[in-house]
Amino acid sequence: MSEGKVEYATDYKPLHDGSLKLARGHRIQFEQVQGCDVLLYPEGVVQLSESAAMILKQVDGQRTVIDIAAELNRMFPEDGDLTADVRSFLEVAHARGWIA
Amino acid sequence: MHEGGLPSSTSAIPLIKPPLWLLAELTYACPLQCAYCSNPVDYAGHGKTMDTETWLRVLRDARQMGALQLGLSGGEPLVRQDLEVLVTEATKLGYYSNLITSGIGMDAARARSLKVAGLDHIQVSFQSSEANQNDEIAGMRAYAHKVDMARAVKAAGFPMVLCFVLHRDNLHRLREMLDLAIELEADYVELATTQYYGWALLNRDRLLPTLEQVREAEIVANEYQARLKGKMDIYFVVPDYYEKRPKPCMNGWGSVFLLVTPDGTALPCHAARQLPGFEFPNVQASSIKEIWQTSDAFNRFRGNAWMKEPCASCPEKEKDFGGCRCQAFQFTGDAAATDPVCDKSPLRHLVDEAISSARITTIEKPIIFRNPKNSDRHTIKLAELTR
Repeated sequence: MSEGKVEYATDYKPLHDGSLKLARGHRIQFEQVQGCDVLLYPEGVVQLSESAAMILKQVDGQRTVIDIAAELNRMFPEDGDLTADVRSFLEVAHARGWIA
Repeated sequence: MHEGGLPSSTSAIPLIKPPLWLLAELTYACPLQCAYCSNPVDYAGHGKTMDTETWLRVLRDARQMGALQLGLSGGEPLVRQDLEVLVTEATKLGYYSNLITSGIGMDAARARSLKVAGLDHIQVSFQSSEANQNDEIAGMRAYAHKVDMARAVKAAGFPMVLCFVLHRDNLHRLREMLDLAIELEADYVELATTQYYGWALLNRDRLLPTLEQVREAEIVANEYQARLKGKMDIYFVVPDYYEKRPKPCMNGWGSVFLLVTPDGTALPCHAARQLPGFEFPNVQASSIKEIWQTSDAFNRFRGNAWMKEPCASCPEKEKDFGGCRCQAFQFTGDAAATDPVCDKSPLRHLVDEAISSARITTIEKPIIFRNPKNSDRHTIKLAELTR
């Protein structure tokens, strides 16, 4: 996923500028036993780091990449501009099919 | 699986992480007779199928231990009239619930009632993309109903996995299968290479594809994967007999996966019950916590202290955990041996011999269907086959 440029077939749309939503059948929930948020989908679990969970929880079907980055910047003003980090994480999440 | 957030072990005893997967085999009853069924060959002689209350307790206890993904399987889980009750409880407990079904026993109304109960996802299995072949493998007329049910599953709003079990007789239809998946709007496609345990082991000479078939299928799978990227996820795994390294079976023994059979036996994988020298615990006699954390059966192959050479000194032992314990037993008679799929195993030739034996087996050799009659008849034969 992170090995430089990925060639996609013509009908594949990379991360877009519109509203983002969790992909069908995906949900996030906090797990007491694991002590972290997890992303659940058909036959799969991903344990999320704190920052990954923070970003994914902003994906609500309304907000765009720019909205989400702005929100994270508001939440963590001492961390500098997080826009590039947020975008690159959302690109990975999109490529893995977690968000649409 | 991301490892972030889990505390690391500092002691010599391997850290016991919570089970993430509970596979509930609710019944061995199934209208289909697939010759590669993962149920044990001697299933007909197993104990009584557990009632609703007992299963509800299993769901609660396993969830408390941290289980997240729930597989409702069988046999055919739709045979159970209390399925909606179990799903309702699973939803309340916060499981991600997966129904693993042939589609037989489903109708549009039942798909909707399962949706109301909170079921998260349905996996529908197909035996082939071609009606006659599908029905021949299933041992009953099932194809048309499966197609209808796949549509009903999508109409009820479920994400859907289509599962095609692949073997020698249907591998050439891979393109057709993927086209069918596109037509039925599957969200995921699992191209499930037959794994040679239980019924499939009994039928291995007739089911194992040739290397040429596998390589051709790989090309087709790759082509569709590229074409459908971002639309439909396609999983394809080469049969491990044709690999040089073993699969990291179950992600390690007693690591993430807990299976409970219809009679309540707790197993670390589908095939473990055949292993000699084990007393697998039963959920009716022990708590899930005891079973997972302290039972001898679940601890036997945790960590790597049990490993023999060449695994013990292998730098890859943390990656593949020595492969599959059941496969090691089936080929070598020793469940602690290196999975002979590995080309570092001194017994790799046994796998190559199995491949050669399958290669010379013609289509005339009859397939043994999975049904109660054959279960009784072949229980002893299988014991012989595994040495």
